[in-house]
Amino acid sequence: MSDFDITSDTMDGMGPHGTKVGLLRVLGPAHVWALGVGIVLVGEYMGWNFAVGKGGAYAALLACWFAGILYTCVAMIDSEVTSTVAAAGGQYTQAKHIIGPLMAFNVGLYLVFAYTMLEAANAITAGYLISEVARLTGGVVELDQRPFIVLVIMFLAWLNYRGVLATLTFNLVITAIAFSAILILFLSTSGILGAGETHHAELMAGQAALPYGWIGVLAAIHFGLWFYLGIEGTTQAAEEVRSPARALPFGTLAGIMTLLIAATLTWYICVGLIPWEYLGDGVNGSVAPLFDAARLSGTPALVWLLGIGTLFATLASANGCINDASRAWFAMGRDKYLPGWFGAVHPKYRTPYRSIIFLVPIALAFALKVPLDQVVTFSILSGLLEYTFMPLNVILFRRKWPMGVIKRGYEHPFHPIPAIALLCLCSVAYFAVFLGYGTQLVAMIVFYIVASLWFHFRRYRFVSRAAQFTMPWPRPKGY
Amino acid sequence: MTFWGFMEYAAWALSAVFGLYIVTDWLRTDATYPEDVLTSSREGEIEAMTEEHRM
Repeated sequence: MSDFDITSDTMDGMGPHGTKVGLLRVLGPAHVWALGVGIVLVGEYMGWNFAVGKGGAYAALLACWFAGILYTCVAMIDSEVTSTVAAAGGQYTQAKHIIGPLMAFNVGLYLVFAYTMLEAANAITAGYLISEVARLTGGVVELDQRPFIVLVIMFLAWLNYRGVLATLTFNLVITAIAFSAILILFLSTSGILGAGETHHAELMAGQAALPYGWIGVLAAIHFGLWFYLGIEGTTQAAEEVRSPARALPFGTLAGIMTLLIAATLTWYICVGLIPWEYLGDGVNGSVAPLFDAARLSGTPALVWLLGIGTLFATLASANGCINDASRAWFAMGRDKYLPGWFGAVHPKYRTPYRSIIFLVPIALAFALKVPLDQVVTFSILSGLLEYTFMPLNVILFRRKWPMGVIKRGYEHPFHPIPAIALLCLCSVAYFAVFLGYGTQLVAMIVFYIVASLWFHFRRYRFVSRAAQFTMPWPRPKGY
Repeated sequence: MTFWGFMEYAAWALSAVFGLYIVTDWLRTDATYPEDVLTSSREGEIEAMTEEHRM
């Protein structure tokens, strides 16, 4: 044990490796929960309902639970590895320590692209929501969405720039409101409080049950991922939590439990109130299904609550994405996988300020120039590649540092079953994605292959070979 | 000018204010502190100080 207090105001985030300015350790489990659930919850408010269009209501439920198992494996594996490799960068840092530099570079890119694209998609959605408010209030027929898209990105970038505690406390408040809105809508429409308004038997009878058979279930899996996409983002808070061994597993596992509840309730409410043909068309039909469900309930208070919930979920997701993308970019810069200039920490706000600034124009360009469906698809595919890396990662982690060799904040049960299950589920998800977005999948893999070649031949010579490994771990088994 | 027309201009103006704040502070910070201080962060500090990873 060290002889000085690292949690003191003067020494927090600084240490024996020569660190003069480090990220601030101020977060608790609730912030970790808010980061993970905040990124994801927008997927409950919109997007998941394309699964209904692909295969009907039951297919969407099966996709919801299939993806739920996949992400439960992700959350358990992440909780174990990140509570041990507690550094900014999350899965990038895990890959660096456990597999090697080329995998680390790729995983870092998956993370940055997945979160920056999702941030852009959220900003587009926020602009759309504000234009809908303008239209519904009779203000204007066609509002220019661009200033609102830009404002969302600039405001959240400013918040992230100013400090992680305010950023994630903001996320905690708006995510809690958005989640509570789902619970209140469920209690109000299901018959638990007052008369029930759902009509599951009528809306899910006959053709509506499984309109395209089991192939529809397979096609629905792609959009089932929406219910949970981003929960793995909790790992990016690893270097800013007060107690990584406690806060990361606690926040991540509480987050996936919250999402499993929110996803199932969302499905139950929406398929019980909205005909599947309308619910499944997320472009010309139900763009925001929970909001539409509230409108069908006929209660003005619920309409307002779910409208606010939709906007808050969108903001929370964009906010968490800026936080996570900047940490991954920062960690790569710090290890010289990217120019070391990005590895700077703001001496007053203690945030990776250059990484935050650098990613702002990229997010703006995608938000203003690229169609929403392309942005979202690129984000999902990058996420899927990242999940495929995780089983390999945890198997090697357990092999190189067996139980009892290093302290783990959390030990996930039944190893290697979750890893094998995750690998199998990812394979099925790839096939499902290939059915609908084969061209994008191939294009993205080609992009990452080209990026890998660039890293191997041009960038690797600059990487801090030894200095990047500062964890006081024993030598891995077999080395 | 309609309410929503005003809101569009307000959104552009607020975006510019946030952007200006960030860029000004960035340039001032870079000019005030030496590069080796700003990029001195290293991972694993808390582990190095509190744990030796011996069971």
